[in-house]
Amino acid sequence: MTQDVTIKITDREGITHEVQAPTDMNMNVMELVCAYELAPEGTIGLCGGMAMCASCQCYVLNQVDLPERNEDEEAMLSEAFNVKDNSRLGCQIYITNALEGLEIALAPES
Amino acid sequence: MIKTDILIIGAGPTGLFAVFEAGLLKLKCHILDSLPQPGGQLSELYPKKPIYDIPGFPEVLAGDLVNNLMEQIKQFEPGFTLGERAETIEKQEDGSFIVTSNKGKKFQASVVAIAGGLGSFEPRKPLIEDIEFYENKGVKYFIKNPEKFRNKRVVIAGGGDSALDWSVFLSNVASEVTLIHRRNEFRGALDSVEKVQELKNAGKIKMITPGEVVGLNGAEHLESIDVDINGAHRNIPTDYFIPLFGLTPKLGPIANWGLEIERNAIKVNNALDYQTNIPGIFAIGDVNTYPGKLKLILCGFHEATLMCQAAYQIINPGKKYLMKYTTVSGIDGFDGTRKEAPKAVVKAID
Repeated sequence: MTQDVTIKITDREGITHEVQAPTDMNMNVMELVCAYELAPEGTIGLCGGMAMCASCQCYVLNQVDLPERNEDEEAMLSEAFNVKDNSRLGCQIYITNALEGLEIALAPES
Repeated sequence: MIKTDILIIGAGPTGLFAVFEAGLLKLKCHILDSLPQPGGQLSELYPKKPIYDIPGFPEVLAGDLVNNLMEQIKQFEPGFTLGERAETIEKQEDGSFIVTSNKGKKFQASVVAIAGGLGSFEPRKPLIEDIEFYENKGVKYFIKNPEKFRNKRVVIAGGGDSALDWSVFLSNVASEVTLIHRRNEFRGALDSVEKVQELKNAGKIKMITPGEVVGLNGAEHLESIDVDINGAHRNIPTDYFIPLFGLTPKLGPIANWGLEIERNAIKVNNALDYQTNIPGIFAIGDVNTYPGKLKLILCGFHEATLMCQAAYQIINPGKKYLMKYTTVSGIDGFDGTRKEAPKAVVKAID
């Protein structure tokens, strides 16, 4: 059995949740937020995870080895709002062992 | 006033397929959608992307699925009103409904099926102070009549196809076109990017990249914008600012129709027929919710089918009907066409 990783997610209300994320289900961070219902339905993952809506934008709060932004993510973030240097699209970050200890905060809804 | 049996709100795959199932029951449909083309998210967001979980299609492009659905329903001659949003609904004494669009068009139907997906697509508005004040005073999120910009100065912001295409188009209409994007790379069709490059080289489009519009100025009407260029602010005089940052779905006016809403979706009775708390109004596809709901196209098809059976009973109370198999009974189109399985050839053996 593969191990879960622990990720801390601060929701849009400012409440931090420590959640267990499976590494063997091809899940991404946006889906993790949905699965734990940390953002109301209809406010996150609107495009289904195609890097086309930025509703899953989050800020990475600590130093964890994440995959680089891909071209789609870079393009979407260049048109999104409330973007900071540590902005990422949750749907483009897949849950792997490398994410152990990751801390993120959801960006405001826009 | 447009009169029909079932008014379908939303021209996505679920709404389109509902026309087919209604047609088998001899019910006429009219479809209303806020987007200018049918297909909903499939056409608007990802027409060139593949879908792998449509039964019977190992792989189908979203745009092709929409085309196939349009082909499948054409003999049932659905009416289309595109580019208009359903705004209000009123129940009539005879039990029918009158829905009015944002442009004032009225539709009367015995049954209303909301197949609105995540809602109607509305422009994403940039977070600039006072932008709402300047809406219709120089700030435009849509271009409906390009002539409005003739001999005017126009600033367009965005990095996708619509920003590129409108920059190209308006370069022949406006006195000055400036395109502003937060980075140098654009994600539009290659030929659009190349065309903008040509026009930039020819001095017909001014480009500011990387740049971001951060302020709007003007007393009664927009007079200039402030652009952040690598931390420095520059003021650019302009008559119009057109931010084109794509569309985002919002449930919109439907949320005020008295329907029971849960988690941004319309609650329905999934044990029976996907009817809402208002008899005669159904919700099918991504727009509804019930225990165990999955937002999948294939689930929307199923929901549309059951909805139509219930709509038949409302429209034809007491009239007997038994579900038929198309292979057995064929399809009689409203346009006079008939599709049927070829008859087996019986040949005697001597």
